[in-house]
This record gives sequence, structure tokens and C-alpha cells, in this order.
Amino acid sequence: MQTSFLQDRARALAPSPALAARRSLLPVVVMAALVLLLQFAIGPRIGPYYAKMLMDIGINIMLAVSLNIVNGYTGQFSIGHAGFMAVGGYTAGFITYYGSLLIWGSTQPHGGFLGAGELLFAVSCLVGGLTAAGFGYIVGLPSLRLRGDYLALVTLGFGEIVRVFIQQTDDVLFTAEDVRATAPLALLTKVGGALGFTGLPFYTNLFWVWTFVAITILVAYRLKFSSHGRAFLSVREDEIAAEAMGIPTTAVKVRAFMIAAAFAGIAGALFAHEVGTTLNPKELGFQKSFEVVIMVVLGGMGSISGVVLAAVLITVLPELLRSVAEYRMVVYALALIVMMLARPQGLLGLHEAWELPWVRRLLRSLVRQEPKDG
Amino acid sequence: MAEALLRAERVSLSFGGLKAVSDFDLALQQGALDGLIGPNGAGKTTIFNLLTGVYKPDQGTIHLGDARIDGLAPHVIARTGLARTFQNIRLFGDLSVLDNVRIACHARTRSSTLSALLRTRAQQAEERAVEEQSHQLLEILGLDGRSTETARNLPYGAQRRLEIARALALAPQVLLLDEPAAGMNPAEKDELRGLIRQVRDRFDLTILLIEHDMGLVMGLCEQITVLDHGEVIARGTAAQVQDDPKVIEAYLGSQDEEER
Repeated sequence: MQTSFLQDRARALAPSPALAARRSLLPVVVMAALVLLLQFAIGPRIGPYYAKMLMDIGINIMLAVSLNIVNGYTGQFSIGHAGFMAVGGYTAGFITYYGSLLIWGSTQPHGGFLGAGELLFAVSCLVGGLTAAGFGYIVGLPSLRLRGDYLALVTLGFGEIVRVFIQQTDDVLFTAEDVRATAPLALLTKVGGALGFTGLPFYTNLFWVWTFVAITILVAYRLKFSSHGRAFLSVREDEIAAEAMGIPTTAVKVRAFMIAAAFAGIAGALFAHEVGTTLNPKELGFQKSFEVVIMVVLGGMGSISGVVLAAVLITVLPELLRSVAEYRMVVYALALIVMMLARPQGLLGLHEAWELPWVRRLLRSLVRQEPKDG
Repeated sequence: MAEALLRAERVSLSFGGLKAVSDFDLALQQGALDGLIGPNGAGKTTIFNLLTGVYKPDQGTIHLGDARIDGLAPHVIARTGLARTFQNIRLFGDLSVLDNVRIACHARTRSSTLSALLRTRAQQAEERAVEEQSHQLLEILGLDGRSTETARNLPYGAQRRLEIARALALAPQVLLLDEPAAGMNPAEKDELRGLIRQVRDRFDLTILLIEHDMGLVMGLCEQITVLDHGEVIARGTAAQVQDDPKVIEAYLGSQDEEER
């Protein structure tokens, strides 16, 4: 059995182009339809309060699902996710704010749905994600040598360094003339300091949040259920055995860090341009990082559906408890403690919702035949 | 005689002041089924760790075919064609039996991460091939009926066989088995003996195994290397090694030496 043999079999077993295309594109089409439905049919009917909550939920899902790639798939313990979020948020905010000021002379949203302003915003999200991925590479490198608690400390330190750096920046400039008068490098420091980066155009809407949520989930899912993703999981299970089976564990860990950081960066960009949030360093400190870690642990390390569920719960729970505002954090903490005592492996453990025995039985009784995999 | 497939020359390794392995030589011929034995703490597993790159030798060279492999990272050595099992089973415990084998197939896939995210046709085809070959390997090792079970939940003997299946999924030239019969009952050992021969012939493999069960080693291995205190003390066929006074001394102790 040689390498070529596997490739020969692959050629023989290749699915028909039509089937292959369907598998590749169908989820994309379905998700695009759902996102459009959300933006144009559901969004206008539920009002701004619930729309904002849906956006918050989406951003938290992105953060939790992406952190799950590091903490859940490869078993590394990163607690600096908000740092990547801050990098992405500030990068994107810088681009849209000063970009708008220079191009249109105003920082108000420009153009309508998919107009020039939104395209600038989309580009800024991608640049924010890429910048965060670059930082992910830098933070991922120490994971070559560090394990467990030590790595956790490095990631925590990274988040704090980002926060402190941003606190030291200067006030935001308000006019295009001031911007033109400032050297490009000096302009990089005009992002608001401890008071936050205010005045960003509110481009974030249901469409953009859920488009990126869909991409995040699709990437996490396709990664997990592919040869590459299984390589990620093997690092979590046993690094020495993974190496012995030809898995380059160092490269896998760094890649996991970069992918997770990229999506956290995009989530940060969405957060920065959302109505009712302020992009300031305090908001993106270690408390935010811990919130995301809790989502991953609560949902079940490695389980995409579990982590999505946990992200929804943790976003909605404080809102539901608003009526008992003064006891909100107490109830929230108690709920978590009870949860960790009752199900330390998280809501869904290592499995996906559709892999649970009772869900399988339910599906089978509904379909009356074996669920087809694919 | 043709040049050996796996060659170690004067390999030494110390941990601080302790010489774990000194001047170890090995020549494993293509198609051989050889044994490495010795009392507890003789350095057998250390030698496996040296061959597979977990430890870097202080001195000496290791070649696999034409490639020099000492000093390379373990995953590179594994991809060069040297697979192993572990004495203290190291399966991917929380994953399914099938996934354990599929992970080892990863080294032979070519699809990039991006094509996995796009689910390209070539990537889908490769996934199918990986699954097919994994099932074939599980069938050979008598595990196909348990492919969806969690590896951790398998009985002990089945876990040992799964380790072998996983190592074979790398499509190696040389297979190193570290105490494959440990913890097995006599019936399982008999079965394992047949299995190891079958696997070697079917996959055209070269096998080196560490084993404490003398019955298994003597009945299975062609050439046997005996190790004590990190040094080779004897080499030869089962019969030759068995009668070697040095070997008897290493295992039973000489008259004027108190063991432990």
C-alpha cells in the first residue's frame, strides 16, 4: 500500500462533478438564502432591540466557534481571544473611519445595501481579520514550546498588551483636513485611547453579521469533518502519537491559532461598527476573553453545535435576567457553577447535537431510515 | 547481502550522567521480522524513541533506505516510512476507531486546507479513498465491526490491534512494534503471532518488535538483538541467543550479584 495507491483510489472513487458541486455549494446557497431572509424578512419585523440582540448573538457565535478551533480542536488553552477581537476591530474601524473621512468627507454611513460604504466596510472586516491572523501567527509561535497553563498565560498576556497599547493612543481626528495634515504613521495612533474609538459608522447589520457567522460555522464544520480537521483533533488527543503518525503538530497549532484569530478579528470589526456598542479597550479586556472561554467550555470542547448553543445562552441569559438586575451576575454565576458540577464536559461534550443517541433515535423515527451521511 | 533497509550505526544517548544507550548498531534487512529483547530498563523503548525521532542521538547515525533520518522531527520520519506502536497504548482515545486510522492516512493526502474548506471534488474523492482504506485496514485487524466505537472503550487486545492498524495506515516501509502482546491472554497472543506474519507478508513490511513474552519472540523473530544497560550483549537466531551465557546472566543475574 503506497502513497500513489491512495491517490489511485481517490481518482477511482471521485464523485460525479454534479454531486461534488452539490456537496460543495448547497450549504453555501442555503446559508445565503437564510441570511437574506434574516435581513429583509425577519429583521424589519422584530424591531431594533431584537435585531441588535441577534447581532450580539451572531458576534458571540463567531467568537466562540473560532476559539473552539484552538481550545476545542487542538486542545490548546488560549484565553486571549478578545485581544484578536480588538486587533480586528481597531484595524477595521481605522479603515472605515479615516477612509470615509478622506473619500466622502464624513464618517456617516455612505450608500445603501451593498453600496460603496458597505463595500469599504466589508474590505475593512477582511483586512481586520487578516491582521488578527498575523497576530495569531505571532502568538501561535510560542505554542511550539509552551503547553497548558504556560500557553494560557502567554495568550492572556497578549490580550493585556493589546489593551494597554490601545489605551496609550491619542484622540480621534474629526476632519479630513486634520487627517491630511497628519503623517500616515502618526495617524495610526489616533484611535481614541482609553475613551474608545468613537464616531465609527454603523455599518453592522443582520446581513453582514450572519454572513460572517455562516462562513465561520461552515469553515469550522468542514475543517472538523475533513482530514485536516482530524489532524487538529489528534493534537488534542495525544501530541506524541500525532507526531508519530506524521502530523506536524507545531504547524497544526499555529494554523489553528491563525484561523481562530482571523474570525475573532472579523467579529471585532463587526462589533466595532455595531449600533449601541463602543469600541474601547476596556470592553475588549480579559473579561471578554473569559466570556468566550466560558462559552466554549459550557458548550463542550470541540462541539460546534454545543458551542453555538452556549453562545446563544450566554448572550441571552443576562438579558432575560434584566428584571432582577441587581442579582443578575449572581444568578449567572450560579447557573454556570451548577452547570459545571452537573455536566463538566459541557452541554454536548465532544459530540455534535446530531451525534447524540436520543437525537439519532429521534431522527431515525422521523425519517424511518438510516440518516444518510455526507 | 543487500544493504539493510534500516541502519543504526554507533548510536548513543545519555540523560545527564546516565548512559541510556551506548554504541547501538542495528541492520534491519528488507522484509525481516526481527526482535529486540532485554530486561526491564535495558533501553529498548529508548531505542524506538531514537529511531522515530522522539529523542535525538548524541552520537551516531540512523538511515532509512538512502535517507538519513537522525535529527529529523518525528512527523517527518513517520512520513519517510517508519511507523510505530506504543508500549503504553497511545490511541486518540476520545475519537472513533475509524478516525484513529483516518488520522494516520492524513500524511498521504494531498488536498490543502483551503480545498477542504471549499470541499473540492478532488478533496471529496480523497476523503472517500481514506475512508475505504481505513475500513480495509480495520477489517484486516478484525476491528471493522467496531469502527464507530470510541477508541477508549475498546477492550485491551482490540486497542493493541487498533494501534497496529493505525501504524499501517501510514503505509510504512518499516514497522516498530513496542510490546504488542503486553496484557494479552495466551489465545490472543497466538492470534497476534499469525497476524504479525500476515501483515508483514501482505504489506511487504519490515518489522522490528520489542517483546517480553519469550515464547512469542522465539517463535516469531528471525534475528534477535539482546540489550542490557543500553548495550548490545548478544545477537543471533533464537537458539543462539537463548544459550548465550551473557543473556542468561542479564535476565537471571550472575551468582555473585544481588539484583535490586
